[in-house]
Formats: sequence, C-alpha cells, structure tokens
Amino acid sequence: MWKTIIRRVLIMIPQLFILSLLIFILAKQMPGDPFTGLITPETDPNVLEEMRIKAGFYDPWYVQYYNWIANAAQGDFGQSYTYKKPVADIIGARGLNTLLLSLLSVILVYLIAIPLGVLAGRYQESFLDKSIVLYSFISYAIPTFVLSLIFVYVFGYRLMWFPTSGTVDISLDAGTWEYYWSRFYHLLLPAITYALLGTTGIIQYLRTEIIDAKTMDYVKTARSKGIPMKKVYSRHIFRNSLLPIAAFLGFTITGLLSGSIFIETVFGYQGMGKLFIDSILSRDYSVITALVMLFGFLALLGSLLSDIILSIVDPRIRID
Amino acid sequence: MENNNAQTVDKLESQSSPPTGIQVILREFKKDKLAMFSLIGVILLIVTVMVLAVVIDQAKIMNIQLLERFTEPGVRGYILGADEAGRDMFGQLIIGAKNSILIAIAITILANFVGIALGIIMGYYGGFIDNFFMRIIDFFITLPTLMIIIVVITIIPSYGIMDLILIIAAFQWMSTARLVRSKALSEARRDYISASKTMGTSDFAIMFKGLLPNLSSLLIVEVTLSFAGNVGIETGLSFLGFGLPPSTPSLGTLVSYAMNPIILSSKWWIWLPASLLILIMMLGINYVGQALRRAADAKQRLG
Repeated sequence: MWKTIIRRVLIMIPQLFILSLLIFILAKQMPGDPFTGLITPETDPNVLEEMRIKAGFYDPWYVQYYNWIANAAQGDFGQSYTYKKPVADIIGARGLNTLLLSLLSVILVYLIAIPLGVLAGRYQESFLDKSIVLYSFISYAIPTFVLSLIFVYVFGYRLMWFPTSGTVDISLDAGTWEYYWSRFYHLLLPAITYALLGTTGIIQYLRTEIIDAKTMDYVKTARSKGIPMKKVYSRHIFRNSLLPIAAFLGFTITGLLSGSIFIETVFGYQGMGKLFIDSILSRDYSVITALVMLFGFLALLGSLLSDIILSIVDPRIRID
Repeated sequence: MENNNAQTVDKLESQSSPPTGIQVILREFKKDKLAMFSLIGVILLIVTVMVLAVVIDQAKIMNIQLLERFTEPGVRGYILGADEAGRDMFGQLIIGAKNSILIAIAITILANFVGIALGIIMGYYGGFIDNFFMRIIDFFITLPTLMIIIVVITIIPSYGIMDLILIIAAFQWMSTARLVRSKALSEARRDYISASKTMGTSDFAIMFKGLLPNLSSLLIVEVTLSFAGNVGIETGLSFLGFGLPPSTPSLGTLVSYAMNPIILSSKWWIWLPASLLILIMMLGINYVGQALRRAADAKQRLG
C-alpha cells in the first residue's frame, strides 16, 4: 500500500521538473522581460540595463532556470506588468474566488450525480433510467461555453433569477451579511452550470457498478438471509460502489481547472481562469507563467490523488 | 448437379458466417431510430453547409454596411438579421460552420493518424518502446492542455489556419494512442499474429495489414468521438479569441459576440443560431459515436 503511494509520489518529481522546464522554455519565447513592467517615461535605459545584468538576464539559461525555480519554490513569481504588484498577491486574491467556485461545484456534482447514478442502476431499463442516461449523454456532449451563455441568457437576462456577471454586488460593504449572501448568489449559477456538465462520469460509473452488483454473490447471500431488497441497495451495494466514486475527485479537479477558463470568462467571475485570459490579452507574462505552473501542478496533484484513492480501493492495482 | 451443389454450399456459408462489420453497424442503426436520425441529420447538415458555402459570395457577406447595423431577422432579406457591422448573419453562420467543420476534420485526421500509428507500434512491440511513450503520454495527458495551447498561440508571431490545426493536433493524439495501444497490446498476443510472425511476414505488414483491420471497429468509434471533441475545442478556442483570426469566422467567433452584454441580452440572432448549431452538431456526432460504440461491443448491441 505505502509502496504504491511512495512510488506514485516519486513519479511526480520528474513530471514536475519537465513541466517547469517546458514552462520556462515557453516563458523565454515570450517577448519582453520582467522589467518591462517597471518601465515608465522617466526610466533611464542605462539603469534598466544595469538592473537586467544584476538580475542575471544575460546569464546562461540553466542559471536562469535555477534562479527561477528557486524563487518560484519560495512563492516569488516576480512582478505583474499590469497590476504593478507581486504576482503571488494577485493570484492569491483570485485563487480564493476560484477555490470557492470549485468547492461549491464539487459539492453540487456529487449531490446531483450520486442519486441519479444510484436510481439509474437500480431501476435499469425503466423510463427513469433512460431519461438519466439521456441526460448524462447530453451533459457530456454540450460544450461548457455554449451552456454557460444559454444559462446567462435564460436565467440572467430573461428570467432575472441570477446576476449576469461579477463576483459580488459592488455597492455592498465587505464583512456584512448581505455581502456574503451576494457573493454566494453570484457563485450559484456558474457552480450549477459546471455541476450539470461534470456529472457524466460519476453517473455512468455508479450505474454500471450497481447493475453489475445485482448478480454478485454477496447480494444473493444478503437476499437469501431475508434482507429486503431496499436495504440491500442502501446498505450493501451503495456502500461498495461509493468508495471508487471518491477517486473521481481527482478527475473532477482537473476538469474544473480547464472548465474554469470558460465559465469564469462567460460569467465575468473574477477567478484564476479569467485572470489567465486577461493576462494573455494584456501580455502580462509573469502572471501567465505562474498560472500555467500552478494549474499544471494542481492537475498533477489531482491525478496523484485519484491514483492513490484507487489503489486504496482496488488492491489489484497496488505494487507489492 | 455439381453447379447446384456449389450453390447450396455458397448459400450455407452465407447463412452461417457471422455478419461483417458494416452489417453489424447497419443493423445497430436500423434498431436505434434516434441514432439513424442523428447520422442522417449530421450528414445532411455538413453537406448543406458545404454546398451553401460554395454558392454564397463570401466577400459580399463580410462587407461592412453600417446602414444595416443590427437589422432584425426577416427584414430586407436578412434571414437571421445582421451584426454590429451590418454583415448578414446567415451567411456568416454558413461560412463559420464550414470553417469549423473543415478544421475539425483536419485535426481529427492528423491527430488520429499519429495516435493510431503510435498506439499500434506501442502495443505490438511492447517493452521499452511501449514504456517510453507511455510515460510521455501519461505526462502530457495530465497537463492543462487548453492553457498551454493558448500560450503557444500567443507566442507564435503570425499564425494562420495551418498553425492552429497543428497546435491543436499536437495535444490531441495522446488519448487515441493510449486507447489503441491498450487494445493492440492484447490483440498482438493472439495466435494469428504469432502465426504471421512464424511465416516471416514483416513487422510493418503485420501491424498495418493484420492488426489494424482487427481494431477497425474501435477506431471508427474513436475517430467519430474525437471529431466531436475537436469541433468543441476549435469553437471553444475561437470563442475565447485564440482560434481563427476574425477575418475567417468560426462558429466560436460568432458565439463570442455574446461577450458583449448588449448583444447577449437583446440581439439573440447574432449568437444564438451559432450556439445552437454547435450544440446540434455535438449532440448528433456524439450520438452517432455512441451507437457505433455499441455496435463494436457485442455485449451492448441492440440489434
């Protein structure tokens, strides 16, 4: 068990190394340098040149790479060109917004997917099952940005149930009860949109798992002991199929990250995904580099998490 | 008499031989009316778009006519109205759909060619080659692909349609390769492959004349589903503003006009038709893919 986890964590180290090297190469291709952000009309070109030399701009690439990694590991990603603030501060503020959105989305995904998956598997081939399978198919096929736009249009502009963009009502003061309610309210529609799209995998997995379990020996044993079918479902089958579902958490996180770019752009939600697009448009390279590194790291962490949970649940994939 | 006998043998053979791939697929589509409907719908849609794209005058549609700004649908011959610059939305829809479909086809061909070839090679040889490429694929599959594609697109100084196709395809072959490899791995241990080896057939011939046809049912499914995925990726990138340049509209470009709140809230004819077209295409192609997947798996077949 531990062997598997340690081995899996060790694999992550070269992966992180290659990821950082890849991003470093990409960052080197971007025009400009970290000091472009400091240039004002009064800047003396000679002073700037001195600063470049001092910061090691003309060092060999491996020295630069080492310095970049050493700084990044301490949370120093340089200065933002548009915001004139340390990159870490900007990402920190936006990261909280994305974290809240992701948290609510994940909760909603599981709240929607688990009952639907269980019902579909239990009443296999019924009308209910067919509707749920159709729903999970549609949610798999719809592109995120199309559904987000249609939801903003229908629920925001036509029915006016939800705010159409932003993170919070700007007229409210921070710290008040209304302020927190407004934040939650702004969070709700993007989170529901994501949750509706993110349920496919879990529903399909639970459904097949429960259909397979019906013919298993332990279910037959439970039935022959006289346990009512209802209880067999809620106690025996459900508990057996629930743990692997936890493994989807890792995939859900990875999916959320790329989905956040579309959802936050459409809903005007001030999170990391929107920050990424904004930074690309304003050519704020230090922010871009830091964000790609962070997202890559989180995605690797997500797949690590899934693998570890799977190895706990399923002894066959462990290394002994 | 002899002739008669031969006929009976022929007849018996045709009765006992299992249905071939195409027959199985046809039977599946006959059984599932919705899949048949999707298949015909998607083909009709693509053919209509291609024909109309040839017929209409692209230069005339992209011409800016400020007098026709935000003309409503149905007025003065504008079937779907006009946009901010007075350009006919119906014409733009056709051009956008044509561009999106053609680009998705190009990406699908390129990415699947690499993915399938590499997957078969990995599965057939196994060992070091397999391990080496699997490590690479495992790594790239976990990357935030969308972000890296966007970064690469912004770095390239002057990029055109070809660059876009190459960049997207460069990140799309991995999942195909992984899937094909896992099937090829078990298929390559079968007796008929060993028999071919003993006969002295070259590795290349075994891989692409022996193995490949036996994976064809899986490959059709994979190609169809990845086509739908590529339509989604290209329109998504164009929607964010990192796909096709504005002079060659894609369906995603048309949808991206909705990022202007005024257009989103009150000028539905500019963004909704393109959104619905993407939606219909994605649902249709994916549904066909699902039906093909069922046909490829004897346990799930309806027919």
